[in-house]
Amino acid sequence: MLLLAVSIVASLSIGSSTISFSDVWGILLHQLPWMDDASDHWSAGEIAIVTQVRLSRVLLGVLVGACLGLAGAGFQGVLRNPLADPYTLGVSSGSSVGAAFLILFGYQTLIGEWTIPVIAFVTGTLTLLGVFFLARSRGVMQIETLVLSGVIIQSFLGAFVSLMVSMSNDVVNQILFWLMGSLAMKNWADIYVVLPCLVIGLPLLIAYGQALNLFVLGERHAAHLGIRVERTKLIVLIGSTLLTAAAVSVSGVIGFVGLVVPHLIRLIVGPDYRLLIPLSAFGGGIFILWSDTIARVVLAPKEIPLGVVTALLGAPFFAYLLYRRKKGQEGQV
Amino acid sequence: MISVERLSKTVNGRPVLDNITFELEPGRIHGIIGPNGVGKSTLLQLLSGVMKPSSGEVSFDGARMSGYSRKALAKRLAVLQQGGLPPAGFTVRQVIEMGRFPYQNWFGDEREDHSALIDFALESMGLSDLANRALDQLSGGERQRVALAKVMVQEPEVILLDEPTTYLDIGYQVQLLDTVRQWQQDRGLTVGAVLHDLNLASLYCDQIIVLHQGGVAARGTPMEVLTEALISEVYQTEASIVIHPITGTPQILLQPKGSRQILAVT
Repeated sequence: MLLLAVSIVASLSIGSSTISFSDVWGILLHQLPWMDDASDHWSAGEIAIVTQVRLSRVLLGVLVGACLGLAGAGFQGVLRNPLADPYTLGVSSGSSVGAAFLILFGYQTLIGEWTIPVIAFVTGTLTLLGVFFLARSRGVMQIETLVLSGVIIQSFLGAFVSLMVSMSNDVVNQILFWLMGSLAMKNWADIYVVLPCLVIGLPLLIAYGQALNLFVLGERHAAHLGIRVERTKLIVLIGSTLLTAAAVSVSGVIGFVGLVVPHLIRLIVGPDYRLLIPLSAFGGGIFILWSDTIARVVLAPKEIPLGVVTALLGAPFFAYLLYRRKKGQEGQV
Repeated sequence: MISVERLSKTVNGRPVLDNITFELEPGRIHGIIGPNGVGKSTLLQLLSGVMKPSSGEVSFDGARMSGYSRKALAKRLAVLQQGGLPPAGFTVRQVIEMGRFPYQNWFGDEREDHSALIDFALESMGLSDLANRALDQLSGGERQRVALAKVMVQEPEVILLDEPTTYLDIGYQVQLLDTVRQWQQDRGLTVGAVLHDLNLASLYCDQIIVLHQGGVAARGTPMEVLTEALISEVYQTEASIVIHPITGTPQILLQPKGSRQILAVT
């Protein structure tokens, strides 16, 4: 909690245009209704950068990160698979296909402002079903097979998105956005898309925390302790997919957040999902915030796509988890 | 306590159990025995309500199994399952606390404090010193004791055991079944146990149910059921039955094919 607050403050103050720490906070404080008008002290440009660009971007980053961290914890718990996350399962790519299709062909308001997240959710769910179908052999899903199926579907759908974007007129930036993820050029409207999904998804997954603990012992044990196994799986999978779809519809595919964050939290607080789930939301927010700050600042005024930063951090971590599993310390879910 | 009436189960198109009828009587230990692949584990899953019968009925305390919610059932019926617990990162105490799940509300709280119950379970399974160790640092035998402690704190009226002694050495086999029997006698529990080892079944069970070719081949006390004729019919092997010098229960001695008798049996 504290770390999140500190991260928000720091991230607000760091940026490619040099506005001092005190100016940033001065401007923000003057937005409060009882303060005098900020334009007396700062230029309109500075005010716009802080309130329109940075504040919304930072808040959106926190929300997107929370969604992805939560979704990762949910997938890992219900599939009892330490390598699962929205990205490795292909759900992110699945959602991005639906969203990219709508945007590039101009259907984004077909059924109102919720068109994109709804379609992203539908295509994300279909992708998950496809991955399960590929991975299942004789009723059992091997951990590695599941991830392999996810990666195959993910690269296929990624190519599909690239193809769609190539056919449209405004190209390169859009491709990068959908494949690599970014929080650039976002505004308050995007926050209103993500926030409701998080408000639904967070309590839903927290409510199933203890059930996911019992899943660690195996589905049979969970059933014998009074859990309705199939229903729990369905609800947690749908909740995690919804959170993924919400994040993807505003920020494109940002990989590995849902993989790295729950594992780091696990190292700190242990395997209890009742703590792991809420803390993964906070951790995801912090992780995205710092990744995005790096993305904005390192090559300023150019921006690195956010997904590049998370992949540079996350892929080696994934390799480490795979290596540790192969060394026989499995089951540490 | 649990009664099975004209129960049949087909798994993947193959009939496993065909029209079987029997009852687990309250306050007694029942052994379910039979050769490999006869459907003992399937039967146990049907008895515990996690599997639905193809036809026929399983009822618990006079009411149909399907009429109970999963949580309501878990308060009264617990299962110690085959293979034990996986090596997870939870501590022994955390895992045993999970046995209280059926009594908890959505926030994971219980009306009454159950820590004394957990301490008692830890102590009676000899796990007090391991309470804060992670499950993945324990041996298979220790994990099996954790699993039994978890079943204990579930405070059931019926426990079902699926080959509980597999992977345990003979010392732990006897220790585990002694604990189950002690607990069964203290609380008047009803026990149903799938057992591989006929001699253990004979030593600990009041009633034995023999499954063979999808049906019940015999039921009764160990003395009534465990005969040379039945062993030969069900297991396709010759065996000698002797009486245990201390407990007075029948014990089975195996013999290689073509053995010649060298001692006169008196």
